[in-house]
Amino acid sequence: MNDKFTPNIIGFLCNWCSYTGADLAGTSRMKIPPSLKTIRVMCSGRIDPLFVLESFIKGADGVMMMGCHPGDCHYQKGNYNARRRYVMLNSIFDTLGLEKKRIGLWWVSASEATRFAKVTNEYTKEIEKLGPNPTSKEIFL
Amino acid sequence: MAKAIKIKKNVEEGLFDFLKSLLEKEKINGVFTLKKMDDNGAISYSLITSPDEFKDAVPLYPFMPVNAGKALSSFTLLGKTEEPIAAVLRPCELRAFVELVKRAQGDLENFLIISPTCGGVLSLNLMGDKNQEKIVSQYWTSVQKAEISPDTRETCQFCENFLPINADITVAALGNKDLDKEFILFLNSPKGEEFAKHAEGSAVSEEIETKEINEFRKKREELREKFFKETGKEGEGLKSLINIFAPCLGCHGCSHVCPICYCVLCDFDAKTHEYHSASLSLDLKNKGGLKVPTGNLLFHLGRMTHMAVSCVNCGMCSDVCPVNIPVATVFSKVGSSLQKVFNYFPGKDIEEPAPQGTYKEEEFKTIGEQ
Repeated sequence: MNDKFTPNIIGFLCNWCSYTGADLAGTSRMKIPPSLKTIRVMCSGRIDPLFVLESFIKGADGVMMMGCHPGDCHYQKGNYNARRRYVMLNSIFDTLGLEKKRIGLWWVSASEATRFAKVTNEYTKEIEKLGPNPTSKEIFL
Repeated sequence: MAKAIKIKKNVEEGLFDFLKSLLEKEKINGVFTLKKMDDNGAISYSLITSPDEFKDAVPLYPFMPVNAGKALSSFTLLGKTEEPIAAVLRPCELRAFVELVKRAQGDLENFLIISPTCGGVLSLNLMGDKNQEKIVSQYWTSVQKAEISPDTRETCQFCENFLPINADITVAALGNKDLDKEFILFLNSPKGEEFAKHAEGSAVSEEIETKEINEFRKKREELREKFFKETGKEGEGLKSLINIFAPCLGCHGCSHVCPICYCVLCDFDAKTHEYHSASLSLDLKNKGGLKVPTGNLLFHLGRMTHMAVSCVNCGMCSDVCPVNIPVATVFSKVGSSLQKVFNYFPGKDIEEPAPQGTYKEEEFKTIGEQ
């Protein structure tokens, strides 16, 4: 058995841009890390902060929020709302001294397969360095 | 120079007489204020319409049995009151009500809002105490001297927003050494001026921001830093958070008394976060145990994302907590950092939407592009 730590990363991908981008990365045979578990949402504006918090508390080592670039949202303004929610989560994590690197937001459009592969690989490496999420072994939660 | 009138009476008595005369002259239809409920010191908010019932009213009694913002919203939820009502509430309660009105949970119209410069409220477990009268008189002494009363709520002790915003009439109480002989009413709106004609006072020119008030604010700012530093020490993260919330029973009392938590059906009261048998087995296998009831930290963190940015620092949540978790201090700390990020002051401007319900295209431009 290989003892190397493989992170468990949850990705919330918007249907119109990031999920399609991920699809394109797959069909273009780009290498996507197996650590990423994707969940398709119709819009990044659908990503309730509770989804992110629940993933974090239940032991996900990282949570990726992905959506269309600002101005390109299929529903006009969903990604602006997502951005405010991410800023809010980030600020809460910062104030409470939680590891804010474990949550992140990226804009990936439908054509940016290379960007998708790049950010997922980079984020996986970053989380590998950070190690497992302490919440995964904490029985209080 | 702010418009003001001086009334040559004890502050509690003077305000009582003013409200009673408004009620008797039928200028207003009712008064929303604190009222003595029995001889054992029980105090409750009441909406009083008859001058006879008014005899037990204690408008400035230093207790907050419920956040008055929440109480006002309970009878203005479906529309404004038909008759004018005078409401005596503390600055944080007023800010809470403004936040609720923003969220279509109440109506400010037809209210004459009267609010004092606030020295804080006593902790609710002192209600019915055998020394209650003595503690209250000590409280008034500290208000006269503009000192922080140690019997007040922790959040009150470090609250910087003790001057009312959006009030029609401000009762200047803090730092007035002759509070038992005379006090000043500041008239902040035409409505306030109109009603104040019925008070037996003489016009004076005074400023609300006195030297005492500024010094008082400084004292509270120092305490604020101290409390924030001691609560959830920076850098310890998850461990310190668990230390704070470990005694949590999961009663959700903090959310039930919170004026900003207005949702009729709270996500956390529903069964959406309960375990399925498969995920329970998995978690038990991975962790080797689970604290039951589960989901306490998710509840507090989740509630933070919902309301902390609008937290008015009233301290109800800490006061009702059966296991003495400093909920209000943690939420206030998180709230003030969120308010800085979004440049938002809860309860200040009724036209300004709450940060979760709005966005600007030209903000946080670097986020997501890395």
